[in-house]
Amino acid sequence: MNKIRILVGTRKGAFIISSDGERSKWEIEGPHFGGWEIYHVAASPVNPDRLYASQSSDWFGQIIQRSDDGGKTWQQPGTAPDEPAPSQDSPTPAASNKFVYDVSEETGKPLTTHQWYDGTPHPWEFKRVWHLEPCHSDADVVYAGVEDAALFRSSDGGENWSELAGLRGHSTGMEWQPGAGGMCLHTILLDKNFPERIYVAISAAGAFRSDDGGETWRTITNGLVSDYIPDPTGEIGHCVHRLGMHPSNPEVLFMQKHWDVMRSDDRGENWHEVSGNLPSDFGFPIAVHAHEPSTIYVIPIKSDSEHYPPEGKLRVYRSRQGGDEWEALTNGLPQKNCYVNVLRDAMAIDTLDECGIYFGTTGGQIYCSPDSGDNWITVAANLPAVLSVEVQTLK
Amino acid sequence: MIRVMLPYHLRTLAQCDAEVELNVDPPHTALAVIEALENKFPTLRGAILEHGSRQRRPKIRFFACKEDISHAAMNKPLHEDVVAGREAFMIVGAISGG
Repeated sequence: MNKIRILVGTRKGAFIISSDGERSKWEIEGPHFGGWEIYHVAASPVNPDRLYASQSSDWFGQIIQRSDDGGKTWQQPGTAPDEPAPSQDSPTPAASNKFVYDVSEETGKPLTTHQWYDGTPHPWEFKRVWHLEPCHSDADVVYAGVEDAALFRSSDGGENWSELAGLRGHSTGMEWQPGAGGMCLHTILLDKNFPERIYVAISAAGAFRSDDGGETWRTITNGLVSDYIPDPTGEIGHCVHRLGMHPSNPEVLFMQKHWDVMRSDDRGENWHEVSGNLPSDFGFPIAVHAHEPSTIYVIPIKSDSEHYPPEGKLRVYRSRQGGDEWEALTNGLPQKNCYVNVLRDAMAIDTLDECGIYFGTTGGQIYCSPDSGDNWITVAANLPAVLSVEVQTLK
Repeated sequence: MIRVMLPYHLRTLAQCDAEVELNVDPPHTALAVIEALENKFPTLRGAILEHGSRQRRPKIRFFACKEDISHAAMNKPLHEDVVAGREAFMIVGAISGG
């Protein structure tokens, strides 16, 4: 019998929600790390009991937590409570929360500033990890997308982190600017079929691709149009909210941009708009059906500044043609007086034969559709504001 | 023995009580106290002082003998009452927001 495990990050802790394959009865466990912001909890595709969590606080900084038993117990990698004190004779202790930008002569770039909101130079300052992306082939390899925007990699289960500095050292790096939520690297896509290929998205720099494991990067923004920036078709400055990809069709990418839902059929080289009949082309997450590479999901949100569903109706929209033609999925979702938001990392899918769709809201609800979006049930109604949702399909 | 008072979030990280006692070798400075604390509770590394710069995190303050010593030099000797354990070295999360 299959099991489903939902990994939820919230403003006030992490929750793990479990069910059998029927997806009708749910058990909520948590909060883990109560009182801390949990931007993301992610599971290794190699070892489903290996979980990583990004725990942070404006006061006390970034913490990385790891579990090797599916979330029952957690530890900060490399810092067991009984670890002996470091000395000059012992190796430098691991520091799983040590995210230091690479400025070395050998691998780092002499980048010291990006642009601030007003266009003035601003020093690069680490704030938090937004997104963790475990590797497809090695449970100890995990990538971290951070604010201020940079990509880090750990090859020892999160004990130590090193920056893939070529991204921040891209020729446009000094011109990157933050979006409303800060200058965050929030999306990391790893191409299972081409392990050297990595996609990232940064608000509000744009989208980038590496074909050499993260050493060098190129912008993939041709075709994006953002009327809210001085150069609407420029190489950078686009506020990309989320990228999506189906593992069986990695040539095709989908994007929810600040405005516009976009599609690329050539690994991001060129984009065209597929917003079609959506009631709003603004939104945050975008997801791809587990078994139908051309079936995609978005959740339209009203903007600028409102950031709640149009008409107070919480609607998921599904396109079975990879965009342009969309249908509203509403059965079981609130259709009046609903003014929550759904953040960029807060939608996920399972891989059961009847694909399940999940999302969490800033109002603390978790919704599940066990039938590809046709019907929805409330899994949890009163959690803290949900920052992220991931789903594991367990055998 | 120097007594150190910790705020809630650091207690949960270190899995310790609100007050901990530390043996700190001279010179008895704020930096020496923090380093002794980090050595006893490695999970606190980076949560009080920034990695790299070793600067106090912006929303953390240090108090001793009812005085704010957040902006004093980290290598300045602590008050004798703190060194003797009569007064605690307090690590406080700045009050901002709800």
